[in-house]
Amino acid sequence: MTATGTFAPKPGAAPLGRMIRAQAALETRMLLRNGEQLLLTVIIPSLLLLLFGTVDIVDTGEGKAVDFLAPGVLALAVLSTAFTGQAIATGFERRYGVLKRLGASPLPRWALMTAKTCSVLVTEVLQVTLLTAIAFALGWSPHGNPLAVLLLLLLGTAAFSGLGLLMAGTLRAEATLAAANLVFLLLLVGGGVIVPLEKFPDAAQSVLALLPIAALSDGLRDVLRDGAGMPWADLGVLAAWAVLGLGAAGRFFRWE
Amino acid sequence: MHEEPAVEVHGLVKRYGSKTAVDGLDLTVATGGVTAVLGPNGAGKTTTIETCEGYRRPDAGTVRVLGLDPVADSAALRPRVGVMLQSGGIYAGARAEEMLRHTASLHAHPLDVDALIERLGLGDCGRTTYRRLSGGQQQRLSLAMAVVGRPELVFLDEPTAGLDPQARHATWALVRELRTDGVTVVLTTHYMDEAEQLADDVAIVDGGKVVAQDSPEKLCRGGAENTLRFSGRPGLDLASLLKALPADSAAVEPTPGTYRVNGRVDPQLLATVTAWCAQHGVMPDRITVERHTLEDVFLELTGKELRG
Repeated sequence: MTATGTFAPKPGAAPLGRMIRAQAALETRMLLRNGEQLLLTVIIPSLLLLLFGTVDIVDTGEGKAVDFLAPGVLALAVLSTAFTGQAIATGFERRYGVLKRLGASPLPRWALMTAKTCSVLVTEVLQVTLLTAIAFALGWSPHGNPLAVLLLLLLGTAAFSGLGLLMAGTLRAEATLAAANLVFLLLLVGGGVIVPLEKFPDAAQSVLALLPIAALSDGLRDVLRDGAGMPWADLGVLAAWAVLGLGAAGRFFRWE
Repeated sequence: MHEEPAVEVHGLVKRYGSKTAVDGLDLTVATGGVTAVLGPNGAGKTTTIETCEGYRRPDAGTVRVLGLDPVADSAALRPRVGVMLQSGGIYAGARAEEMLRHTASLHAHPLDVDALIERLGLGDCGRTTYRRLSGGQQQRLSLAMAVVGRPELVFLDEPTAGLDPQARHATWALVRELRTDGVTVVLTTHYMDEAEQLADDVAIVDGGKVVAQDSPEKLCRGGAENTLRFSGRPGLDLASLLKALPADSAAVEPTPGTYRVNGRVDPQLLATVTAWCAQHGVMPDRITVERHTLEDVFLELTGKELRG
């Protein structure tokens, strides 16, 4: 029997590259269309940079405020997209059966995760471009090795993605929403983003320095403000979080 | 096309904690037809379908879909099978047309998206995000996503739940066309008329098992008694009618002048009744034979008490 109608079966998966590109483009559009996500990923980092860069509220130590702030806000941008935004979006996708339905499509699960990562990276490129432009307008003069900066941003993204996906894949969507925002706020204050870690008591400092956000902002600051070489210690902290987070997410993530 | 069944389920058991959702279920779905899976809430319909879709691993028994294992051979199977979940499955912020185009882009030879949108009456809401679509539009979008990849087999879990009559008929027309074009369709439904209208084969599921499976006609004919009604002058002597009828029949006058005969209503019984009327000088007005509906059969098999 050879059927010839409109619906005559002719199944087949699209080429992998095309599927991943399409999925990444869709995920990015979903993110950029979502007002709450934009508040988190674009508006808050930009406003913090503008506000603290022009008004002398927090004592950021010697030198121009923007030289201290820009690296911290770049770290915050990575946190907002890779962790908070990704956790909330993925949590609700799980809740509303989007991940389940995609699981029945020709797109393999690893390809879905690859697409999510691509979407996070595209968003980060947009964020970094915007924040860099604002920082330059405020008189920022960055130093250092661009490769070290790139490596820090990538490892930071991996660390935050692991933790975000772990949260999204194990908690209820509402719990993820609340917890991801809370963590964002806590890390914003206590992670060396706009408040230097030196302002905290010594005992707290040594613990806070192990947070991925502190490692990322500290590493970026060492390179971009102080022109340091490879910040191996910070890269090591981020790599450890990435291994832990991604490992746990891979182990405990539930698709439904 | 190949003659092997599209779906073969043998002795499927699926437990959730201490609750057994599916309890030794057997189901065979022939290639190229429409099979309706009917059953009360909690009968195990969705669990069975989702096991066939590869979402759940059987606790016991075997499941073969297009000859493949839905879990182990998932990668080979997914492009060939279309899935419509009972609800959800779509990004809240995605526009209807965008989501359908995206699903199409995951397939090698998708249907024409514009034509499908037109076909399912989604043209006016193509730019509307999923969360703002009506329930019926959401259902139709989900149906469109199940068929856009030109699958050999589609699983539709309650495709017309909550639809208005127009949308229901549009869905039915699409299912019929899928069948004509050689797509195997498995659907679950609560609507008996839907199963009667669409299905070549009906499987009635209760308590995690298939309790009956046959064509709707055969299910309605088999076992169940039918009813013959007629009107005449009041107070006829039914004792003499009963004597003429087969032993397992019954005849009553529920209201004066209306008569009901229950039993195996066949041409012979009809002839007996009309001959008896002729003998008694009765003109049987409004003589009707009521065939048992699928709903009667369903309730007979699954009981009338309410389910959780």
